[in-house]
Amino acid sequence: MLHSGIARVAWLGGSGLATWLIRRLIQAVFVVLAMTLIVFLGVNVIGNPVDILISPEADAQERARAIAALGLDKPLWEQYLRFLGGVLKGDLGRSFVYNEPAIRVIIQRLPATMELAVAAVLISIFVGIPAGLYAGLRPNGWLSRALMAGSILGFSLPSFWVGLMLIMVFAVQLGWLPSTGRGETLGLGGVQWSFLTRDGFLHMILPASNLALFNVSLIMRLTRAGVREAMPSDYVRFARAKGLRPRRVIGVHVMKNIMIPVVTVVGLELGTTIAFSVVTESIFAWPGMGKLIIDSINLLDRPIIVAYLMLIVLLFVGINLVVDLMYAALDPRVRLEEQG
Amino acid sequence: MSAPPLNAIVEKALPAPEIVAPREESPARRLAIEFAQNPMAVVGLVVMLLILLVALVAPLIAPQNPYDLAVLDIMDGRLPPGSVGGEGTRFVIGTDDQGRDMLSGIMYGLRISLFVGAGSALIAGIIGSSLGLAAAYAGGRFESAVMRLVDLQLSFPSILVALIILAVLGKGIGNVMLALVMVEWAYYARTARGSAIAERRREYIEAAECLALSRARVVFRHLLPNCLPPLIVVGTFQMARAIALEATLSFLGLGVPVTEPSLGLLIANGYQYMLSGKYWISFYPGIALLITIVSINLVGDQLRDVLNPRLKR
Repeated sequence: MLHSGIARVAWLGGSGLATWLIRRLIQAVFVVLAMTLIVFLGVNVIGNPVDILISPEADAQERARAIAALGLDKPLWEQYLRFLGGVLKGDLGRSFVYNEPAIRVIIQRLPATMELAVAAVLISIFVGIPAGLYAGLRPNGWLSRALMAGSILGFSLPSFWVGLMLIMVFAVQLGWLPSTGRGETLGLGGVQWSFLTRDGFLHMILPASNLALFNVSLIMRLTRAGVREAMPSDYVRFARAKGLRPRRVIGVHVMKNIMIPVVTVVGLELGTTIAFSVVTESIFAWPGMGKLIIDSINLLDRPIIVAYLMLIVLLFVGINLVVDLMYAALDPRVRLEEQG
Repeated sequence: MSAPPLNAIVEKALPAPEIVAPREESPARRLAIEFAQNPMAVVGLVVMLLILLVALVAPLIAPQNPYDLAVLDIMDGRLPPGSVGGEGTRFVIGTDDQGRDMLSGIMYGLRISLFVGAGSALIAGIIGSSLGLAAAYAGGRFESAVMRLVDLQLSFPSILVALIILAVLGKGIGNVMLALVMVEWAYYARTARGSAIAERRREYIEAAECLALSRARVVFRHLLPNCLPPLIVVGTFQMARAIALEATLSFLGLGVPVTEPSLGLLIANGYQYMLSGKYWISFYPGIALLITIVSINLVGDQLRDVLNPRLKR
C-alpha cells in the first residue's frame, strides 16, 4: 500500500495538479466502469440469472413473464446498459433474503463497520506510536526486541486465527470479555452505536483489537524507523544542545517528522481495515457490511452481492483519490516537483 | 656473467606468494554457507522441509485416511486429545465432529494448503515476472500500461480482490487459485521490472543485443537469470501470504470445497465448538498453519539478506 502511494506519485512529475487531478478522475471513472462490467458479466454470463432470480416453483408461463419483466430476453449489451442505469440511480435490485432494496440493507450495516474500523485505527495509533517510540529510543532493550518480534508475528499471522485465539483466551478460558455481537447499542443521530454503552464498548474490545493488530505492527515499525533516523540528525542534536528537555525534543521535534509517513499510512490503511473487517466481523458475529456480504455469498443473495461490490469499489476509488490528493498536498517533494 | 633474470631475484627475495586461489566455491555453496549463519533461518528451513515432507507422504504416515468414510466412527466425534476411540485407535490430538483423527486431517489438509499456496505463487510468479520483464525491456506505452495496472491492483487490498473474484465466480480450488494469482502477480511484476531496469544497462545485455539474438532469447536467457534473486525472495513471501489468504478464504467459506479441506477449512469446522471449550478442533490446524507460515517467512527473511548484494558487508 505504501509503495503504491509512492509509485503513484512518481508519475506526477512535470504535469500540473489540475491535469493530474483530471487524469486521476478519469482513471477512477474507468475503474468503476470496469468493475460494473466485471460484476455484470460475472453474474449474467457465468451464472444463470434465470435460475437465480426466479423461483424454481414457477411454471413455464410465469418464467417467460418474469424473464420479459427482468429484461433477460434482451441482448446482453442492452441488459448491461439497463444495469448501468440502475447503478446510477442507486437501484440494484431487492434482496431475496431481506426483501428490501439491496442498497438500503447494506447502508444499514455501514455504521457498525465504520465504528469497528475507526476503533481499530484509533487503537493502532494509540498503541503503535508509543510502542514504536519506545522501541526506537531503546533499540537494544529486551522489551524493544520483544515488541519487534511481536510485530513480525502481527504481520505474518493470519488475522482470523488471531481472532480465534482472542476468543479462546479472553472469552472462553478467562471469561473477561464477550465475543459475539455488538452488545447493547444506543441511538445517536438516527443510528445505533455500540461504543456509547458500557456493554457495547466491551463487545467492541476484542474485534477492534483483532482488526487493529496488523496496523499496530505497521505503525510501530514505521515510528521506530522514524525515531532511529531522527535521533542522530542535526536538528535533534541542536535541540538537545539548546538544553531542551528530552520530553520536548521527542514530543515536538522528533514527532513532527514521524507524523508524515504515519498519517499517510493511517489514511491508506483505513480502506484496508474496512476490507479486512470482512474477516473480523465473521469471526465475532459483528453485524456489519462484512458479515453481510459473507452471509449473502453463502445464501446466494445476488442483489446484495452486486450492490456490495459496487459500493466497496466506489468507496475504495474514493479513498485512493483522497489519499493521493493528501499526499500531493502534504509531501513537499511533490509540491516542489509541480513548481518545476 | 650475466645477471640472473629479474624475476628470479624477486622470487628469491619474496617467498612465492601463496596463491590464495579462491577455492573452487560454487555460488550455491557460498549461498548455503551465508544462509546457515542465522540459526533461526536454518530452523525455519528444516521445519519447512519437514512440513513439505509430511504433506508429500501424508497417505503413507497418517494414522487414518480422513476421506475414507468407512474408517470414521461418528461415536468417536469430538474426543479430546489423547483419547482412545471405540476401536482402540488412539487420537493424539483428538477428533473432529465426524470422528476424524485430527492429526490425519491436518496432514491431508497441509497437502491442499501447500498445493494451493505454492501453485498460485508459482503461476503468479511466471505471469507477473514475464509481464514485468517485458515491460522493462519494451518500455514505452506497454510499460506504462502494465505498471499502471500494477499500481491499480496494489491499491486494492488482497482480501477485497479475492472476495470480488470469489463472489462472482463461486468457490472451488481453481477459483481460489485464480483469485490468489490475481492478488499476487503485481508484486512479481513490480519486482521484475525494477531489477530488469537496473540489469538491462549492463554490458552483458548490450553484448547479447550486439550478437543479434532474438528479443525473447535476450530477455529469458540473459536478463531473467540475473533478475531471479529478488524474484525468489518475493516468491517465498508470496507463498506464505497465499497460504494465509487461502486459509482465510476457506475459513470464511469462500475457499476450497468441503470435500477437500485445507487447514483453513479445518479451523472453520472447529470454530463452532470453540465456544463450548472444545478447542482442539480449531487449535491444532491453526498451529500447523502458523508453523508453516512462520517457517516460510523465516526462510524468506534470510534469503532476502543473503541474496541482496547491497547488504553485503
